[in-house]
Amino acid sequence: MSEAIETEVVSEVMTQETPADTIHMNMIQAINSAMDVMMERDPTVVVMGEDVGFFGGVFRATAGLQQKFGKNRVFDTPITECGIIGVAVGMGAYGLRPVPEIQFADYIYPALDQLVSEAARLRYRSAGEFIAPMTVRSPFGGGIFGGQTHSQSPEGIFTHCSGIKTVIPSTPYDAKGLLIAAIEDNDPTLFFEPKRIYNGPFDGHYDTPATSWAGHADAQVPTGYYRIPLGKARIARAGGALTILCYGTMVHVVEDTVKTLGIDAEIVDLRSLVPLDIDTIEASVKKTGRCLIVHEATRTSGFGAELSAQVQERCFYHLEAPIARVTGFDTPYPHSLEWAYFPGPVRIREAINKIMKD
Amino acid sequence: MSDPTGSGGVDRQAGDGQTGRNLPPLRLHVPEPPARPGESADFTHFEIPAADAAPRPDEAAQPGAIRDMAYGLIRVLDEEDAAVGAWNPKLPPETLLRMLRYMALTRAFDARMFRAQRQGKTSFYMKSTGEEAVSIGAALALSRDDMCFPSYRQQGILLARDWPLVDMMNQIYSNKGDRLKGRQLPIMYSAREAGFFSISGNLTTQYPQAVGWAMASAARGDTRIAATWCGEGSTAEGDFHSACTFASVYRAPVIMNVVNNQWAISSFSGFAGAEATTFAARAVGYGIAGLRVDGNDILAVYAATRWAADRARSNAGPTLIEHFTYRVEGHSTSDDPTAYRSVEESSLWPLGDPIARLKAHCITLGIWDEDSHAVMDKELAELVRDAAREAEKNGILGHGLHHPMESMFEDVFEEMPPHLKEQQQQMLDEWKAAGL
Ligand SMILES: Cc1ncc(C[n+]2csc(CCOP(=O)(O)OP(=O)(O)O)c2C)c(N)n1
Ligand SMILES: [Mg+2]
Repeated sequence: MSEAIETEVVSEVMTQETPADTIHMNMIQAINSAMDVMMERDPTVVVMGEDVGFFGGVFRATAGLQQKFGKNRVFDTPITECGIIGVAVGMGAYGLRPVPEIQFADYIYPALDQLVSEAARLRYRSAGEFIAPMTVRSPFGGGIFGGQTHSQSPEGIFTHCSGIKTVIPSTPYDAKGLLIAAIEDNDPTLFFEPKRIYNGPFDGHYDTPATSWAGHADAQVPTGYYRIPLGKARIARAGGALTILCYGTMVHVVEDTVKTLGIDAEIVDLRSLVPLDIDTIEASVKKTGRCLIVHEATRTSGFGAELSAQVQERCFYHLEAPIARVTGFDTPYPHSLEWAYFPGPVRIREAINKIMKD
Repeated sequence: MSDPTGSGGVDRQAGDGQTGRNLPPLRLHVPEPPARPGESADFTHFEIPAADAAPRPDEAAQPGAIRDMAYGLIRVLDEEDAAVGAWNPKLPPETLLRMLRYMALTRAFDARMFRAQRQGKTSFYMKSTGEEAVSIGAALALSRDDMCFPSYRQQGILLARDWPLVDMMNQIYSNKGDRLKGRQLPIMYSAREAGFFSISGNLTTQYPQAVGWAMASAARGDTRIAATWCGEGSTAEGDFHSACTFASVYRAPVIMNVVNNQWAISSFSGFAGAEATTFAARAVGYGIAGLRVDGNDILAVYAATRWAADRARSNAGPTLIEHFTYRVEGHSTSDDPTAYRSVEESSLWPLGDPIARLKAHCITLGIWDEDSHAVMDKELAELVRDAAREAEKNGILGHGLHHPMESMFEDVFEEMPPHLKEQQQQMLDEWKAAGL
C-alpha cells in the first residue's frame, strides 16, 4: 500500500481574491471561465468527456482548455457515460477533482449506476475514507428542437437519490460562481446547464427573434475567482402578490410573463435543488400567501412535487390558495410539438390568473 | 511479500524519501489522431492487403479457427476495378446495377435533405456520404424479412428496401404526414413493415435489442435473423459488450456490424480503442466470428454479410463485422469537421469512394458507361426533388402543418391513464382561454 495515495482532497485556499475585472460573458463563456479559473488554482482539477478535448465540446464549453492545460488534465473519452463516471470515481479516489461532461443530460442514464450507487454513496459506505468530489456538467432542457433525446430535464431522478447535489444556474454570473463552488465541493454534484439560455436569455416567446446576453446585467462576469455558495437561492424579483419558484431557463420565462401581466410576484430562482434553500422559500411564501412552482421536467414525481410538499408542511396556515405547478407534461419531449410541450408564457399566465383568483 | 518487479524491494524503499520509491514516473497515454486541421493527412500506417488476400473460411467455422479474419481486410474490388478472390460474390449484372442505383439514390437523398435543413425546413439531418456501401450491401445480402436494428446512419437500408421517399421525408419534416406523429428528431425513422426498428438517439441501445430479437426468433424456431449497426465510437458503450456476451452465450442468429468511419463527432477512432486493435477483434474475446471488411467495397460488404447470414441461418452463431470506411461529411448538420480534422483526409482516403468504385467496376465489365451514370444521377436528383415537393405539401417543421397538439399525449401508454387525460384537457383549456 502506497503512502503516496491521498484519500482526502484538500482544495487550494478559497479566500476571495481582490475584485477582478468584470467582462461580458455568455453562459458558455462563463462556464468555460469557471473551469479555467479552477484549473489554474487547483492542479487536481481535470476535465473529461466526449469531444471536450481538442474540439472543446459540442457546445464549446471546454474550448481552449486542452490547449492551455494539456492532455493530462483535459481529455476526450470513449463514448461510454458509465465509463466516464466510473473513471471519475476512481480519479476522485486517487485524489483528483474530476469535472466530467455528459454531452447531453439525455445520455446520463447509462451512468446512473455509477452515479447513484457509487459516487453518491462512497463517502457514506466508507465512513468518509473515500469521497467522490466530482462535478458532472451536462446541458439539459428543451427549446432547441432537439427531440426527445436532446431535451430532457432529469434533475428529479437525482434529487431523489441521497448523497448527490444538484445545481442549476440561470445566468452567466451564477453559472460561473456556482460551478466554481461545485468544483470545490467535496461531494458529487450534478451541474445541469440550461442549454436554451447558453447564448441568451429566453422569455418563452419562441416566435420572436432570439436575444443574446449582450446588455444583460447578469452577463457581467468577473474574470477571476468568485463563488456562489451551493444552497442559496436568489430572489430574481422581489414582490408581494405571490411566490414563484423556478430555476434554469424557466426563470426568464417567468420573469417575462410576470412583467407582461404587471403582477407583483416574487420570483425565487432556486439555483440549487439539493441542498435546497428552504428558508428563503418559506419566508417568501409566508409573506405572499401564494405559491406557484414552474419547471420544464415532467410533472409526476418531479422536483415540484417535493417543493409543494415542503411548502405545504411549513406554510400551510399562510396559504391563501392551493399551491400550483406548471411543468412539462408526463410525456416524452416531442419534436414538432416542442412549443406545445414547453411550459411557456400561456400556461404560466393561466396558472397565475387562477392562483390569484382563488 | 515477493517483489513482483524484480528490481529489489530494499533499494526501492531507499528512494528520495518523497515517494519512498525509485521508479520511473508513470505516464498517461491520451490518443492523438495522425492529423489535425492545417496538417496533411497521412494514411500510410494503414495496412491494406491485396484484394484477393483474404481466405474465405467455411460459414460453420469455429470462431477460434478464424481469428485472423478479424485482423485482415476482406476486399473484392481490386485496383484495376476487377472483382477478385475467394470473397467475390459473382453477382449478375442486374444486381450490380441495382447496388449502384441504390447507393446513388442514398447520396441524392442525403444531398436534398441536407439542403432542406440548411434552408430551414427542418431542424437536423445526418448524411451517410462515403458509407453508402455499408447499408446497401448489407440490405441486399439479407432477406427482406430479416430484422434490422440500425443506428442513425443506415438510411440506405430503407432505400434499398424500396421504402417510399415521401414517407421518410415526412418524418424529416415532422409534418402532418409523418407516421411517427412528429415526435422523433429527423432521420430517427421507424418502419416495421420494412423490418426496420425504431431508431433511438441513445447510442448502441439497439445492439442488445437485436440480439434479443434474434434469440426470440431462435427460441420460436423461426428462420429469420437479425442484424444491427453501430459506429466505432459507439462500441465503447456498455450495451455493445452486453450484446456480445448474450450473442455469444446463446449463439444468437444475429449480425453485429461496426461501421468504423474513423470519426465519432470530433473524436477519432483511437478513443474507441483503434490504436490497440481492430474493432472486428472485439469478437475474439467473446468467442464470436469476427470479419473485417473494406466498407467502401460493396461487393466485399455484400459477401461478408452473406457469409454471416448463412452462418446465422445454419445455427452456427453470431458474426461481428467491422466495416472499414470513412465519414466524408460532418457528423451532422450541427458540426463543422474542419474544426477538428484535416480537410485533406477525405480526398486521400486510400479505399476510395464506394459509388465510384462500383461504377468503375461496372464500366470495366462493359455493362455501364459514363453517360448512363450521368443520366441516372439526373433522374435520381429529380426523383428526390419531386418526393421532397410532395412531402412539403404536408408541411415543413415549424409551419403549422403538424399533428394536432393533443396527439402529444397518445402512445405514452396503450390506454391513456387519467392523469394524462387531465393534462391533455388542461392544455386545450389553457390554449383556448388564451384565445389560441
Ligand atoms: C448514449 C449517448 N451518448 C452520447 C451521444 C451523443 N452522440 C451522438 S452521435 C455520437 C458519436 C457516435 O460516433 P460513432 O459511434 O462512431 O458513429 P458515427 O456517427 O460515426 O456514425 C455521440 C457521442 C448519444 N447520442 N448517445
Ligand atoms: Mg464513427
